[in-house]
Amino acid sequence: MDYTMKISSSPHIRDWASTTKLMGQVIVALMPATIFGIYNFGIKALVVVLISIISCVIFEAGFQKLIHKKVTVGDLSAVVTGLLLALNLPPDVPFWIPILGSFFAIIIVKQLFGGLGQNFMNPALGARCFLLISFTGRMTTFTYDAVTTATPLAQLKAGEGADVLSMFLGTTAGTIGETSAVALLIGGIFLIVRKVINYRIPVYYLGSFSVFLMIYSFAVGRSLDLTFLLAHLFGGGLMLGAFFMATDYVTSPITPKGKIIFGVLLGFLTFLFRTFGGSAEGVSYAIILSNLLVPLIERVTVPKSFGKGAEKHE
Amino acid sequence: MGLLTFSGGIHPYDGKDLSKDKEIRDYLPKGDAVYPLSQHIGAPAAPLVKKGDRVLVGQKIAEAEGFVSANIHSGVSGTVKTIEPRMTAAGTKVNSIVIDNDGLFEEVDFSENIKPLDQLYREDVKDAIKEAGIVGMGGAGFPTHVKLSPKNEDDIDTIIVNGAECEPYLTSDYRRMIEVPNKIVTGLQIVINLFDKAKGIIAIEDNKPEAIAKLTELTKDIDNITVRPVKTKYPQGAERQLIYANTGRQINSSMLPADVGCIVHNIDTIVAIYNALIEGRPLYERIVTVTGDAVNDTANFRVRLGTNARELIDAMGGFNIEDPGKIISGGPMMGKAMFSLDVPIVKGSSALLCFREDEVSEVEPSNCIRCGRCVEVCPGRVMPNKLADIASHGDLEEFVKCDGMECCECGCCSYVCPAKRHLTQIIAGTRKQVLANRKR
Repeated sequence: MDYTMKISSSPHIRDWASTTKLMGQVIVALMPATIFGIYNFGIKALVVVLISIISCVIFEAGFQKLIHKKVTVGDLSAVVTGLLLALNLPPDVPFWIPILGSFFAIIIVKQLFGGLGQNFMNPALGARCFLLISFTGRMTTFTYDAVTTATPLAQLKAGEGADVLSMFLGTTAGTIGETSAVALLIGGIFLIVRKVINYRIPVYYLGSFSVFLMIYSFAVGRSLDLTFLLAHLFGGGLMLGAFFMATDYVTSPITPKGKIIFGVLLGFLTFLFRTFGGSAEGVSYAIILSNLLVPLIERVTVPKSFGKGAEKHE
Repeated sequence: MGLLTFSGGIHPYDGKDLSKDKEIRDYLPKGDAVYPLSQHIGAPAAPLVKKGDRVLVGQKIAEAEGFVSANIHSGVSGTVKTIEPRMTAAGTKVNSIVIDNDGLFEEVDFSENIKPLDQLYREDVKDAIKEAGIVGMGGAGFPTHVKLSPKNEDDIDTIIVNGAECEPYLTSDYRRMIEVPNKIVTGLQIVINLFDKAKGIIAIEDNKPEAIAKLTELTKDIDNITVRPVKTKYPQGAERQLIYANTGRQINSSMLPADVGCIVHNIDTIVAIYNALIEGRPLYERIVTVTGDAVNDTANFRVRLGTNARELIDAMGGFNIEDPGKIISGGPMMGKAMFSLDVPIVKGSSALLCFREDEVSEVEPSNCIRCGRCVEVCPGRVMPNKLADIASHGDLEEFVKCDGMECCECGCCSYVCPAKRHLTQIIAGTRKQVLANRKR
């Protein structure tokens, strides 16, 4: 008897990882920070998260339908964008802010450039910066325990001290997902262990940022001040940015060396913006600026192929 | 020091438990035996027999045409039925000698071929290997006598026996190492003695501790042979990666192993050299692993070349599913999907791998998300995502400039790609195009 056998080119087996599964892992890794954010800021944070995710998915599906492309919301990338956007918003924003942000992230930054894999900057961060510039007041007003307050990083910039422990745990003012360093570290380490992201970008980012900050501290005559350093590492969007935004596949270098350069560049820019900039925060701008340099970084860091320049053995 | 290895690579499910404990057993063909005249790299062999001739087991039925070519010997006795194009596992029709197997397996007198080794000059040994029709049996099928005749004979200092067997599911080399380690050692010594400065290395992945133990024990008093465990990782057995892991020397696609003083042989090739020199028997059989989840039982068969693949499946009691998803000649990473079972076992057939389901047809390629996994696993250290983009634009010049020719088609990039892009296929196709253009 004869069989109908399937034919295809080798290899004939595939790894577990699919785009959907990788995105799913990122969502799982963001859960500690998300859940903590909802615990920290209350139900209003959950509402922002839901609005953001749902509108990202609707915008993506709607746009793809409109231009008669295959609807790809099943890959979960729009969910990740929505979640990241929400985690970058203050918990008190009016409902239209996440909707507008989602529109900007999905339609302007992602779909108009060709969809997943084609965008040149991180959609969630692009939207955050757009919102920051357009609605500065609403985006920088933080309340904590019903009291309008400055974020720890802003207090630090104003020369006040910092409570490093509560910054580590996250019981401070800030955007929904950025306050808890420990929750973000758990998620970030999970992604590295699961080999969803490579360690290079976060390690070189946080490492170089620390080095630049220490050099600066010494240069201006401060002694070794661990509290200052830790407050900078745990404060603002650094942890969220280093593990979840800078490592965005699409907008970070693909080459191993490129990842290192990218990390160091981020560390340097974040240091510059935070130390000399007008705002206390600098992570978002550092990342989207570096996103723009990725093609250049990749061009100069193409790996040397195996055996290139090998000499005949005499 | 860590285990010897290379950078990149993957750890797929190895499936070797299915067949690794199955002792090698003989399978004698019942039906016609088919001998494609081209089962090696180089010119096709020229038939020495014609329709109606009676042939014996071990009789040379086709002769090498030129230096880079190989003799072909019959594995059955019977009469030549016809010489006509027949389908091969690679999916192409190749002119083949078809022998009506009489089932007697009457052999030629092999004792005539046996000469005491110490009375042979090096050229005699190489001639005997050439006469026996031995080619690289890992799949590529490069004639062994050509490999053993490098221009820089005096520079050859390392003979590596490739016992890595890194392809998932394959266990034929493993069984050889367990069952006839003495033949491997003697075969290797024959090769080492062809060169003034050569030393031997038997490289075995560390997931085969029994094989490592047996060969280590057997070679403990032999100065110029060492057994080296290498890290279990695909493609550890790829020639370039194996040379690098064992010697630290790198070669690129435009070089031969001999350029860095190395020659690499597959386990079954070494056994064939032993058989030719010590037993006087030319290459007319090989070990084929029949395995996978679609067969009722698994086996490591010693099969006469020319045997119809369908016979081996039938010997396993057929498939355990009405329609098997995919049958692969070779391993899952680099083997070829077959569309017909009526193809002969040839010198390079290492396995028949039968899957109930075809994983590949279940996935649909989507956009590259630039995750960089392909770059990380690529043992050739090229950028598969970029090469595939260039290749799909048909820009051959840029493809070569970006080191596309350094790809060894191991399949790691396609294996890890989360977007399930057919990277290896696109790149391999373009490499063929470039090579074809060069020949013109």
